[in-house]
Amino acid sequence: MSEKVLLVDDEQDFLDSLAERMRARGMDVSTTTSAEEAIKKAETGSYDAIVLDLMMPEMDGIEVLQAIKQKRPDVGVILLTGYASLDKGIEAMKLGAMDFVEKPADLKVLSAKIKEAKAQKMVLAEKRIQEKVKRIIQEKSW
Amino acid sequence: MSQDWQELGEAGLQFFGKVTASISHEIKNALSIINESAGLLDDLTVLTEKGVPLDPVRIKTHASKIMKQIQRADGIVKVMNRFAHSVDEKVKNVDLYDVAEFVSVLSARLASMRGVDLATLRPEKPVTVQTNAFLLEHALWVCLDFAMEKAGKGQKVMLGIDEKEKRARVNFTGIGLFKRSPEAAFPGEREMALMGALGAEIEVDEEKGELVLSLPSGKTTS
Repeated sequence: MSEKVLLVDDEQDFLDSLAERMRARGMDVSTTTSAEEAIKKAETGSYDAIVLDLMMPEMDGIEVLQAIKQKRPDVGVILLTGYASLDKGIEAMKLGAMDFVEKPADLKVLSAKIKEAKAQKMVLAEKRIQEKVKRIIQEKSW
Repeated sequence: MSQDWQELGEAGLQFFGKVTASISHEIKNALSIINESAGLLDDLTVLTEKGVPLDPVRIKTHASKIMKQIQRADGIVKVMNRFAHSVDEKVKNVDLYDVAEFVSVLSARLASMRGVDLATLRPEKPVTVQTNAFLLEHALWVCLDFAMEKAGKGQKVMLGIDEKEKRARVNFTGIGLFKRSPEAAFPGEREMALMGALGAEIEVDEEKGELVLSLPSGKTTS
């Protein structure tokens, strides 16, 4: 099954080219240049990973990350940034980002992180199912 | 070095750092698009090697994207070069509109991040000042930063240039009515040190939503 990915960046040309390359590698990719739309899409879409630019106009990438993690804590958020800022990267990781990739990104590296995000999401889902089953068993006193 | 110059030097370095960080971010964005477009051309080549016919329209599209981004990066580097050279001369004659427009260009990314539009209005006749170009850029930057913060998202900040009673002035409008916070006084110590070095003044009228930076006009004034 292909990875479902949301790409968020304020540069439309960057989104178009990266999305085309990712689709050619079998991924199911959606894009947006708007931070607000990204938050809405994250809430309603069932993404395996969200690739998010740290420097978005109108809303800081950290704020977008927090809003997404609040609504969808299970989704792996990979941050992209145009400048190497270790402090910002650490701050993002503390707030729940899965990883941090510097622009220009190596597609092989990015694809590997997206696969990792999907695997982590599946583990979390599996864990949740196991806990649910455990709870039902306890409630029914089986 | 006096306390004022010490203050000015530190603030100047911070200003230089902020501008170069913003410029390097812009260059990285251009490089990212070039990277993805070149990657796509490479993908298309791999497909051709596997027998998939080459689509000239797609090749042309991605090649033109690369060329567009090279032009963009070249423009950014030109801006960076001009900025770097603004420290070359201690005092020189500058056209106030030209410097204000340049500072707007330097602030464009930060304006976009805040959702603020910028416009510099050309005066009917040129307004010249003899000053330190770097300090003037710094002074305009701090005023513009304050104006953008007070204006807020969706607003347009305009920089109008004029000359009144031998003072060259930059009027920042579109700020709207605002209240100054006592914790973050503006102009603060750093801005005052900057104004002292330039012989400039900042007038802030929160009731009218006005901010004016003025300094002695004319080529002979130092």
